[in-house]
Amino acid sequence: MITLHHPFTETAVRALCAGEAVRVSGRVCTGRDRLHKHLAEGGACPADLRDGALFHCGPVVVPLSPDPSQPSDERGGWRVVAAGPTTSIREEPYMARVIEQFGVRVVIGKGGMGEATRAACARFGCVYLQAVGGAAALIAQRIKRVAQVHFLEEFGATEALWELDVEGLEAVVGIDASGRSLYNEVRDASAVRLHRLLG
Amino acid sequence: MDWTDTLTELIRRTTSDLPADAEAALCRAADVESPDSQAALILRALAENIVLARQQSTPLCQDTGTLTFFWEVPPGTDTAALEQAARDAVARATRNGWLRRNTIDTLTGRSVDSNVAEGCPVCHFEQRAADEGHAAGIEVWLLQKGGGSENMSRQFSLPDETLGAGRDLEGVRRCLLHAVWQTQGFGCAPGVLGVCIGADRAEGFLVAKRQLLRSLDDAAPEPELAALERRVLEEANALGIGPMGMGGATTLLGVKIAARPRLPASYFVTVAYLCWACRRRGLRVSSDGSLHWLN
Repeated sequence: MITLHHPFTETAVRALCAGEAVRVSGRVCTGRDRLHKHLAEGGACPADLRDGALFHCGPVVVPLSPDPSQPSDERGGWRVVAAGPTTSIREEPYMARVIEQFGVRVVIGKGGMGEATRAACARFGCVYLQAVGGAAALIAQRIKRVAQVHFLEEFGATEALWELDVEGLEAVVGIDASGRSLYNEVRDASAVRLHRLLG
Repeated sequence: MDWTDTLTELIRRTTSDLPADAEAALCRAADVESPDSQAALILRALAENIVLARQQSTPLCQDTGTLTFFWEVPPGTDTAALEQAARDAVARATRNGWLRRNTIDTLTGRSVDSNVAEGCPVCHFEQRAADEGHAAGIEVWLLQKGGGSENMSRQFSLPDETLGAGRDLEGVRRCLLHAVWQTQGFGCAPGVLGVCIGADRAEGFLVAKRQLLRSLDDAAPEPELAALERRVLEEANALGIGPMGMGGATTLLGVKIAARPRLPASYFVTVAYLCWACRRRGLRVSSDGSLHWLN
């Protein structure tokens, strides 16, 4: 299995082919609907995404210390109890711009993305990885530490940008930097079968 | 009996412990895929995830979904008290990390961290008297349905010329296969289709959703619907969309269809798409206070 470690180099990313299984280690930032809209509309990013990974994920987090008299974000950090990918296609209107402007090298999500993202992956040297949708307990085990959280108040815990340190997060290359998308291939092949079935 | 405690335990089981029929279906699916395929890799990861979530009592999926409680209660039951117990149980389960902070105020965009708000969680109550072939008691089922799969639910109005779908079961079949194709892997395939034929638009979605409480191993009581369920399941799996839309032999785990009367002017086919994480659990409290888990 291929291993990818943060910071992700353009050479390493361009060497990946659609269909290959990979393991990702190092810093990964979560971001979903609110963050993508914010970034694509010109907002600043408090985390460094250059040569980094953006994980389409809204985790379930609990404070490390159970003392309920303290506000939850002041209880000595956080523990991620569940964290799987969310459906990436919702970020399609923003993704290409975010890849270009922030230098993202690895996008992790589920379900695949559209033409603009596929083109941006090829042009800027980025790759889209499919994590296992719904495998939240398993993926949480790969998260070793919550390094930092941003936008907690503004976006809420689920939409916040969590900087996570991961080890061996399993994924499959869905869209590679040569412009190949497994999702497009499956969609087109299934369309042929559908038309055959419907006559 | 403390209903808040009981419903908190119902949430813990639902969010972390996949029902046996769904787990078995995913394991069977893993055996069908070729061993080195992405589909097999994904299905094996799902199987591992299911065991882990159960052992740890942590959510199977981080999207702990819309919580819908389906109640059957004897006449005269204080349903407001039961609904309050459901709200208290949701707040407690959220504090325990069994539910994600998963509720957004649509107008302000702020997170409602307790997950308790107007209409959250959803409770549907039906009265059932003891003499309808049921012992007196309260039965409640909880369904947790994630947003990714809910986004893939849809409704067709027949006839639909673009699909070549007329107002008959062949038309329904065409809608369902088209829905599966449109959904690809976006709803976390392999999924389950809950389907309602007929009714009005709103009731159609509710009846379709209720079908998702059925066991994957059962069949519709009407022979023509049971045959359609089998056929659509087989044909959908022949599309090759596979787990997460990355190709493979398992695109659906089940198809559950119900029919309801309709107006002469309307013929709706409503599809509630559920992801592989069929989080549904039920319990029954008899009139003597004894509690039975239903799956």
